[in-house]
Amino acid sequence: MANSNPSNPNASTSKAPASFDQMGFRPGGGPQHAGVPRVRSKNASGTMRRIWGYLKQQRQALLWVILCTVLTSVLALLGPYLIGRMIDDYVMPKQFEGFVGMGMILLGVYLLSALFTWFQQYMASSLSQNTVRDMREDLFNQYQRLPVQFFDQKTHGELMSRTTNDIANVSNTLNQTVVQLISSVLMLVGSLVMMLTLSLWMTLITMLTIPLIAFITKRISKYMRHYFSEQQKQLGEVNGFVQENISGLKVVKVFGREEKAVEQFREINEQLRAIGVKAQSLSGSMGPMMNTMRNISFLVIAVFGAVFAYHDMITVGIIVSFLNYSNQFSQPINQLANQYNMFQSAIAGAERVFEVLDLKPEMSDEEAPRSQQALIHGEVVFENVCFGYKPEVDVLKGVSLHAHPGQMIALVGPTGAGKTTVINLLTRFYDIRSGRIMIDGKDIQQLDKQVLRQQIGLVLQDAYVFSGTIRDNIRYGRLDATDREVEEAARLANADAFIRKLPHGYDTLLSAEGGNLSQGQRQLLTIARAVLANPCILILDEATSSVDTRTELHIQEAMKTLMKGRTSFVIAHRLSTIQEADAILVIQDGRITEQGTHDQLIARNGFYNRMYQNQFAATAQ
Amino acid sequence: MWGLASYIKPYLKFVILGPLFMILEVFFDLMQPTLAAHIVDFGVVPRDFNVIERTGLLMAAVTVLSLVTGVGCNLFASRASQNFGADIREALFRKVQTFSFDNMNKFQSGSLITRMTNDVVQVQNLLQMALQGLVRAPSLLIGSVVMALIINLRLGLILLGTLIVLIVVLVLLIRSSSPLFAAVQTKLDAVNTRIQENLAGIRVIKAFVRSGYEKGQFREVNRDYTEISIRAARFIALNSPIVTFIMNSCLVAILLYGGNQVSSGLGQVGDLIAFVNYVVQVLSSLLMVSGLLMNVSQANVSAKRIREVLDTHSAIEEMKQQEKTAPIRAEHVKLEQVSFSYNGSTAGKDLILKDISIEARRGETVAIIGATGSGKSTLVQLLPRLYDVTSGSIQIDGTDIRELPLIALRKRIGMILQDAFLFTGTIRDNIAFGKPDATQEEIEAAAITAQAHDFISKLPEGYSTKLGQRGVNLSGGQKQRLSIARALLVKPPILIMDDSTSALDLITERRLRDALKQLTGDNITFLIAQRISSVMEAQQILVIDEGEIVGRGTHAELLATCDVYQDIYRSQYGKQEVSYGKQQSFQS
Repeated sequence: MANSNPSNPNASTSKAPASFDQMGFRPGGGPQHAGVPRVRSKNASGTMRRIWGYLKQQRQALLWVILCTVLTSVLALLGPYLIGRMIDDYVMPKQFEGFVGMGMILLGVYLLSALFTWFQQYMASSLSQNTVRDMREDLFNQYQRLPVQFFDQKTHGELMSRTTNDIANVSNTLNQTVVQLISSVLMLVGSLVMMLTLSLWMTLITMLTIPLIAFITKRISKYMRHYFSEQQKQLGEVNGFVQENISGLKVVKVFGREEKAVEQFREINEQLRAIGVKAQSLSGSMGPMMNTMRNISFLVIAVFGAVFAYHDMITVGIIVSFLNYSNQFSQPINQLANQYNMFQSAIAGAERVFEVLDLKPEMSDEEAPRSQQALIHGEVVFENVCFGYKPEVDVLKGVSLHAHPGQMIALVGPTGAGKTTVINLLTRFYDIRSGRIMIDGKDIQQLDKQVLRQQIGLVLQDAYVFSGTIRDNIRYGRLDATDREVEEAARLANADAFIRKLPHGYDTLLSAEGGNLSQGQRQLLTIARAVLANPCILILDEATSSVDTRTELHIQEAMKTLMKGRTSFVIAHRLSTIQEADAILVIQDGRITEQGTHDQLIARNGFYNRMYQNQFAATAQ
Repeated sequence: MWGLASYIKPYLKFVILGPLFMILEVFFDLMQPTLAAHIVDFGVVPRDFNVIERTGLLMAAVTVLSLVTGVGCNLFASRASQNFGADIREALFRKVQTFSFDNMNKFQSGSLITRMTNDVVQVQNLLQMALQGLVRAPSLLIGSVVMALIINLRLGLILLGTLIVLIVVLVLLIRSSSPLFAAVQTKLDAVNTRIQENLAGIRVIKAFVRSGYEKGQFREVNRDYTEISIRAARFIALNSPIVTFIMNSCLVAILLYGGNQVSSGLGQVGDLIAFVNYVVQVLSSLLMVSGLLMNVSQANVSAKRIREVLDTHSAIEEMKQQEKTAPIRAEHVKLEQVSFSYNGSTAGKDLILKDISIEARRGETVAIIGATGSGKSTLVQLLPRLYDVTSGSIQIDGTDIRELPLIALRKRIGMILQDAFLFTGTIRDNIAFGKPDATQEEIEAAAITAQAHDFISKLPEGYSTKLGQRGVNLSGGQKQRLSIARALLVKPPILIMDDSTSALDLITERRLRDALKQLTGDNITFLIAQRISSVMEAQQILVIDEGEIVGRGTHAELLATCDVYQDIYRSQYGKQEVSYGKQQSFQS
């Protein structure tokens, strides 16, 4: 029995899809996505309109695709009709004049159909890929504009998923679903029209089986979805358990909890086994079910057709045509149901992308009126600054400080007390709630963010390097720097020595997370980068927990060099740094509790003194 | 895939019945076109109504049988594959629990997780597919051709010939498309890397005001990728029209030739009806087969990865029910000329630890300090036999630890790892991890010593607070304190702390040390740290450099005699303090 039609290239079962792995024939030849749980989108029509906005940019390709789809559908409808005619007009009456000619016309129809199909896909590929390319670029550019807050609140995994998975989903959908939507509708209507012109009675008979199929499909789908989602849930639990166990396997072993873990695993695995069998049995039976439906409609057409032909109501050729048309009619219905789910999930994905695109950017692309000459002195003043990441919780409460140009200010205090926050505010990664921050007498709120940041150099705790050569990484500080200047900056940062020892020296390629260099070496690179940028204000985070002593000393020296002549804010961890600071700020609980030089603070006998004592108390036995 | 055959064995009867039923279903399906032809040739043309009736009933019966066998096949296949999958999953989990640290290092945790989740699903689906689709498609293909040849030899030969041409064309197309796929993948990787880096380094980008530059870079890789994707898609688009056209031409040929036959009385009209259907059948089965083959090769890779895990030999045999012996107290721990290398060789260049000898008695704290990569963590991991020594021996109270029951050994060693890993569950569950039946008092006592009780009490739900992805997120220092409490609860005679206070500020660390001193004056503590302030008070400080002990003594002794120790001290305190420390007093 026929389960696809050679003359309809747009029917997905007979068409080799855009990639081989989309051939997803379920065993039993059933529809492939019948069990996919529905992902609801929030505003499907709005999202579709926006995608349309992207599509519109490629007017030409779009028109060609639509044109070709229409043509191929029409040609597909001609096929069965011509076959029927060939049988009725030539074979049955055994009149063979012009038979070959008819055959050639049929061949011609198939040839045209193949050509148009290919052309349609040819255009559709560029249509969908270019649309997606634009979406991707827009998303990327948006990332550049969004405030740091956004990135702190979302995991990278989630953002990557939007940029890659969600957009890929959209492209796949555009490729397949949209074309199929058009062709399915055309085929549906076309087949119906052709059938009616051939025989009213046969059409009625054929139509009877349709609701039956639809009804049963719906019923089974509902059951399936329920069990399928149960299965997914259970699978999620098993996977989650496995993930946690593996990540913490060392702890499990150290505490001898292996047996217990196996026990727990067995429990959830058995549940998965049980529901897996149920879900698979149900979803797998979809195939045979659909098959049977087709068999039934084949049966009905053949038998009733025979009866009608017996009574001379129709010809044999019509029976043949109908056998083909009934396929062309029922297939689109099936496909529409399948594609609907895929479509929904793609729309949901696109929505997530648009969500990000709609967020308010940190600054507009056309720069705000530049209210400055470059900052040159580096005098920093905080006036009663209050701030919190969450509206109810204040991290900084009324912080005031004054840094003269060229001074080195050390920030010390317990973790979480607000030191990193000071940095976030100075660079306007976040904006303060009340109070003022001024540089060279100007309120930084009035300064263009880009200009502000150009004058502040950052050397952070996690030394982030990009994939590219060492030279490129250092040059990041000032894109127009010459090689000489790059090497000079590296020298000042104590990095030149180890770079030259590497096999490719400055042209050594760094891997994505700088994996081929040690932590300490990466730190030196970031210092070189900052040296090259030559800012007038410097922010340094000194935490270097996993660095060996030699490199440690190099880093210290490099930092000292870097800080010369610049106003520096240092989140200090080394006593030597703290002691040499022009001013030490002790930050506790969001407030500056003590201020002064090392000697002054020791004399005060407060928190700083206690901290300092801790280092040496034990030796005074 | 054959490597996993032993897991299929228990379900052999399903594995046999499934395909059997599928073949039956195919048989019934293939009968339909022939029956339809029969109706036309023997019912309509000669006008015999009986034939129409009888054949009609026959077709109905065949339909029902096809349904029954189809559903039956699915049931068997589902049972086989789901059970197969569940069994493999459990086997993998058990196996991994027996892994030594050595084994764990060989497979990265991410890879292990994928093997136990994704890969299992792949092979599971493969089995399902093998029992259904992989039987159906070829059967339909062969069956259709056979039926066609039976009905009408000449026409059947046309079909067969076309089939061969088709197969050749498909193979050629698949071959030429794989380099394209590889190229697409590479470009996609470039795009993703760019995005990933931007997301991770956004602060740096903004700080250096490099957004414009990054946008330009991205544009380039994005366009590159798009171009090659389009090229690949256009090439693949050739597939369907070519294949379809070949089949359609075959159809036309059959119609013409068949019509000719009918005209010369050598053939019947019904044959043509049947043939139209068989041609279609052949086409779709062929496509099905090529699609399935792709899946098979993918699943094979998964099967191999699973086998790799299952075949791993765990060097340290675990999980055997050990006889209960008297609990090990620990008066005396001795490491005698211990050397260690990951691959078991004793060649100098491979050795991570060289000739280490340490002795510690009850009540003592042995501190180990040294640069990263000097071997400190590996050294202490030898104690609970997370790794085994390559040469030399470790003895507790005179007995070599390799002669002690593993579980008993580990229960007597409390180990706090560098990475404070907590599980989803309540704080109470986490602290009681090593001793699930601990009382609330015991738990609180451990938490108090670990300086964690205060912050736990401040949480709205206290000890019942849920941790983990859907729960509260703790700071690094809080997590460390919880993992310390966890180890303390077990009241281990030997306590190992591997850089477990790095996230704590100095004051909290001091309090912790004091609390520990009181509580654990009765055991042996091995302490690894980076900060001199953490190790200063130990009875024995060992300075390790490149796997060897280069200094041994108290803080004062080392400061006076050991270069490496002085270096470390200087880097943490600055030049002046060296003299301060030596004088053991300071002026204000």
